[in-house]
Amino acid sequence: MAVRDVSRWHRMGTTVVHAVDGVSLEVEAGEFVALLGSSGSGKSSLLNLIAGLDHATHGEIVVNGRDLARMSREELAKYRRNEVGVVFQAFHLVPSMTVEQNIELPMRFAEVERRERDARVAEALARVGLTQRRGHTPSEISGGEQQRTALARALVNRPNLLLADEPTGNLDSKTGAEIMGLLTQLNEELGMTIVMVTHERALAEQYAQRMFFMSDGKLVGEERTQHSAVVIQQVQR
Amino acid sequence: MKIGDLTDLALRNLRQAVLRNTLTTAGIAVGVASLVAMLSLGIGLQSLATKQFRKSGLFDTIFVSAKNDPREMERERRKGAAPVGEALPLNEGARAEIAKLPNVLEAYPEIRFYSDVQEGGKAHPTTVSALPESARQHEAFDTMKGKFFSSADASEAIVHKDYAKELVGGGNPEGAIGKDLTLEYFQHGGAVSGGGSGAEGTAPQGFQLLRKRATVRIVGVIDNDPMGGFMGSSAKIWIPQALAESLHAAQPADMRSFSAAAGPRGQYAMLFVRVKGPKNTTSVEEQIKKLGFGAESLLDASKSLQRFFAVLDGFLGIFGSLALAVASLGIINTLVMSILERRREIGIMKAIGASDADVQTLFFAEAAAMGVIGGALGVALGWVIGKGINLGFDAYMRKNQMPTQEFWLLPLWLVGAAIGFSVFVSLAAGLYPARRAARLDPVQALRYD
Repeated sequence: MAVRDVSRWHRMGTTVVHAVDGVSLEVEAGEFVALLGSSGSGKSSLLNLIAGLDHATHGEIVVNGRDLARMSREELAKYRRNEVGVVFQAFHLVPSMTVEQNIELPMRFAEVERRERDARVAEALARVGLTQRRGHTPSEISGGEQQRTALARALVNRPNLLLADEPTGNLDSKTGAEIMGLLTQLNEELGMTIVMVTHERALAEQYAQRMFFMSDGKLVGEERTQHSAVVIQQVQR
Repeated sequence: MKIGDLTDLALRNLRQAVLRNTLTTAGIAVGVASLVAMLSLGIGLQSLATKQFRKSGLFDTIFVSAKNDPREMERERRKGAAPVGEALPLNEGARAEIAKLPNVLEAYPEIRFYSDVQEGGKAHPTTVSALPESARQHEAFDTMKGKFFSSADASEAIVHKDYAKELVGGGNPEGAIGKDLTLEYFQHGGAVSGGGSGAEGTAPQGFQLLRKRATVRIVGVIDNDPMGGFMGSSAKIWIPQALAESLHAAQPADMRSFSAAAGPRGQYAMLFVRVKGPKNTTSVEEQIKKLGFGAESLLDASKSLQRFFAVLDGFLGIFGSLALAVASLGIINTLVMSILERRREIGIMKAIGASDADVQTLFFAEAAAMGVIGGALGVALGWVIGKGINLGFDAYMRKNQMPTQEFWLLPLWLVGAAIGFSVFVSLAAGLYPARRAARLDPVQALRYD
């Protein structure tokens, strides 16, 4: 995935806000990277652009060889459906649906056959350890379980890119660690590329291989983590 | 999205705000009920009027007259046609020729004559008319007491119930069945040449009338005039066509053709031509005109009737649709409210891959579901209203000892059309909300709380 000179401006009255301002970065397939920055630094805006939820004002975002800026609304919907999975800080589950129905929802839009759908839901539930909770609604389960449901929902259409916006932001440290463990597992076992937005440097250092620092919509730095060195050593061995 | 998933999601969403959606659906139901009730009234009235005409058996009857018949000449003059030159005589030959035309059941002359009818030593003067064998099929005889003529030349008669009442002295009209009537009438006695100078080819000076009698037995009592009182038939006694023809009774209409060289005998003032169903009336009418006779049918009157009812139905439909128009505003309101409430949900759906078309279709499906349910309930409600009106009206008519009439009719096509229209209106009402939901920015929607 490559982000090249991407900007996102919003007009607010007479002033123009530069939410993302000329950012360029590249992420290799199978990499786990973190976008770090304080509140309002533009990291979530950049994630929304990569997720195809928003259009860049300028620049190009190339995922799997295709520029999102050149895609129509329909093509972007297809991209969100099949090529990318998103996990939000606020979980964003449909409150009136059960865990199982929430996980199944993306496959309704992708028109996956019923039998295949059931199999994928069962597989995703097992991966996130929620098989016993499949019939519960979001209000009946804990925050950690809600985030696991969201994670399972992001996986069912088998994307190769997973975007996580402050995935542990609403969770206690123990539950947050469980979610991060799941993300790492997905990255290592399935080779899924993960871009995580967080404001916690420690979390990024512990789980991501590279960190990008943002401030005022600009990319202000990039660092490899110790974890990256461990991964490289493992590869060399 | 697949139809099954679409229906499932739409119904699930409708269940989320069950009270609001129920009220909106009830609004549609009331609108459809009003439309159905109004149109059913129009259709019922039209059917009643058409049935009355059809009962008279006149839609499949053509009235044929000679071109030089004064009535025909008047009609032609009104149409601005050139005056008729030599007119073909409407005689037995013409009758046979017309009877041979395709789709013609029979052609018979109009026979109507005045008679001093004697029964039980009393005179009951009235007009006697002839009925052909084909009249047996007509609905006018459905409610007849007794039976139809046993043959075309049987010495039998069918009488109107008012006349029957008069015969039995005000009692039960059915009591007249089996009574013998003596018909006193005048028969043609041939042309009379004037003062011995009547050379061949000159007009006769007059014709003789011979007083005759014939006895017939009453076999049936009828409620309605089978000719529907058309062209002043106003007869009270009907006898079989062949019997009537054999009497050669002098008719008032004979005077019109008196001046014709052939004299009144052997020429008909008018022929009734009965065709196989009203659909053949126009074509046979044209063929008879081509033969050189004047022809007219009541289908022309029926067309005017249809035009009148089309306008009436149009007005009733417009008034009935007003309630549905108000209900459509309810749909718009409900769906717009739904967008506001489900803003976050729409954002979620878009974030996980729903396209604009998916969201739009989902809202359309919800509108359509309300349309289908509201339409079906509305038709049911309209039916109940109509049944209630019919029952009330029937009770009123019975109380006043008048025949009951079904003037409110809900045909199957109207059931389908009403539900279809309800869905159409609902979809049209859902157009704006659905587009608005589809264009919703997912980032904004997910930020919304």
